[in-house]
Amino acid sequence: MLMEPNSVGLVEPRLYAFGSPEAPLVLDSGRTIGPVELVYETYGQPNAERSNAILICHALSGDAHAAGIHDPHDKRVGWWDNMIGPGKAFDTERFWVICANVIGGCKGSTGPQSINPASGKPYGGDFPLITIGDMVTAQKRLLDHLGIKRLFCVVGGSMGGFQALEWSLRYPEQVHTVICIAAGAHLSTQGIAFNAVGRHAITTDPDWQGGHYYGTAGPVRGLASARMVAHITYLSELKLNRKFGRRLQSADRLSYDIHNEFAVESYLNHQGTRFTERFDANSYIYITKAMDYFDITRTYGPLKEAFARKKSRFLVISYSSDWLFPTAQSREIVRALIAGDRDVSFVDIDSPHGHDAFLIDIDQLTRTVSAFLDGSQRSQPLESKPPAR
Amino acid sequence: MNPNRRRVNYVNTLTQTDWDMIAAIIPEGASVLDLGCGDCSLLGELVARKNVQGRGVDIDGSRLMGGMALGLPVYQGDLDDGLADFADNAYDYVILNQTLQVVKHPQVVLREMMRIGRFGIVGFPNFGHWSLRAGIFFGGRAPKSPALPFEWYNTPNIRVLTIRDFRAFCAEENLSIVSEYHLIMNKWRRQPAARLGANLLAHIGLFVITRNGDGHS
Repeated sequence: MLMEPNSVGLVEPRLYAFGSPEAPLVLDSGRTIGPVELVYETYGQPNAERSNAILICHALSGDAHAAGIHDPHDKRVGWWDNMIGPGKAFDTERFWVICANVIGGCKGSTGPQSINPASGKPYGGDFPLITIGDMVTAQKRLLDHLGIKRLFCVVGGSMGGFQALEWSLRYPEQVHTVICIAAGAHLSTQGIAFNAVGRHAITTDPDWQGGHYYGTAGPVRGLASARMVAHITYLSELKLNRKFGRRLQSADRLSYDIHNEFAVESYLNHQGTRFTERFDANSYIYITKAMDYFDITRTYGPLKEAFARKKSRFLVISYSSDWLFPTAQSREIVRALIAGDRDVSFVDIDSPHGHDAFLIDIDQLTRTVSAFLDGSQRSQPLESKPPAR
Repeated sequence: MNPNRRRVNYVNTLTQTDWDMIAAIIPEGASVLDLGCGDCSLLGELVARKNVQGRGVDIDGSRLMGGMALGLPVYQGDLDDGLADFADNAYDYVILNQTLQVVKHPQVVLREMMRIGRFGIVGFPNFGHWSLRAGIFFGGRAPKSPALPFEWYNTPNIRVLTIRDFRAFCAEENLSIVSEYHLIMNKWRRQPAARLGANLLAHIGLFVITRNGDGHS
């Protein structure tokens, strides 16, 4: 593919391993895993003090490949390529941008597909349940390894927003700014409900086999159904309407066929099937569980007190048509931060694209993030220029 | 050629703007919430001159980016929806400058502002100015002036009030007026000297108000 002038270009994923069965990572549940591997990518260059680092946290089905391409023939760019690069919102001319696959994931970091040192076989359903906090703890180990004492910014949308908030609470001294996009202080009842339907589809698929399906095709039908349901929650009613309406898939008259009468059915089927080619069903279960567990109040107490004395600057962004993480959920965080007299900005971006807007509707997001990062350099200047390549 | 050029001339001859007046009113280091802050240029001035702890509120997220780039905390919201995310007595001063006349629910906005702030600063164009009265009396046309250069069909100023109206409103709402400033010709004058003629002569009224019976500690 022709590389855009403002692309980070070719990038290479790296691997960082830590811990062992003897010195494992202790999880919030009290269970342990070790060794732990994290796949990560970096874009841009560190400055001398490594004070220009931005950690990008990915959402449920994301991965470490946030920007650029892996191969000159790659047709697909990283999932947030429109936001990361020279002159973009996360400007790689100024910032050292890092993105790591979460633990429990299936894109290279330790997860249910990894080999359990106790059995010599993939963990499968024996993988311990993880939390957003565990993901963040693992990321902290990576940043220690990279020599980053304090992040200039931690940012994420959706589940990435959960991680960004968790960072500000778990490691408050290590975070200058937090950008939380299309997220909330907990997953809503409705969010848990949709996740439960998705997991039900997977675990009732006979091919799931209690999670020990590696070496077989696995619960692809269940995973596809899970994705179909979830995909609806990422779009707005308006967008579904505009994109498909009541249009028929292949004929101009009703076929009275059970399958794929309407264009929207065919679209969702396609999304479901494609997802099974790139995602692991067990990871889907573990990561959605981690989202369900996320609840700042349960872990850190009432929001106002949880955020009290946290010195980070916050930018909270919601999208007007997001019904999975409605604006009210972002405002709940903002209200707590304002009540605690914290430094917080709040912007509700008008968009028809629903929850997925933070991946698609990036014009105002870019200008908002750029302005915020500019303003944030007043209280913490980026003293050194990145070394020349 | 701007048809309003002659009209707006007086603004250009001001030695003190409403911002200067507001900056003079607010004490050093106060906490300030600016409602309808736009790109936060007033707030930026107040931070520079008076070292205030400020936050800006505006309905337009694009304009708020100006404030964000200055490193100021901003909040996107519609004043007409109230300001439930802000606690009682959270700020020393809440500013509503050249915004009252464009809101749909002025009473809601003013009540919210006086719930949140110990003092309110309200600046608005005075529709009681003699030229507006003369215009409507002799010309039979909807009011226009240097402070109100719009036509009836395109004005953002959907609330028409006078200095006397605002005084009456404060009395009804149990608010006391700490001080009044009036822009008369091209000079700011402080009440009470200009009090009697203000409603006829002032282009702009600027009020500092507070709740009655509040023991300001």
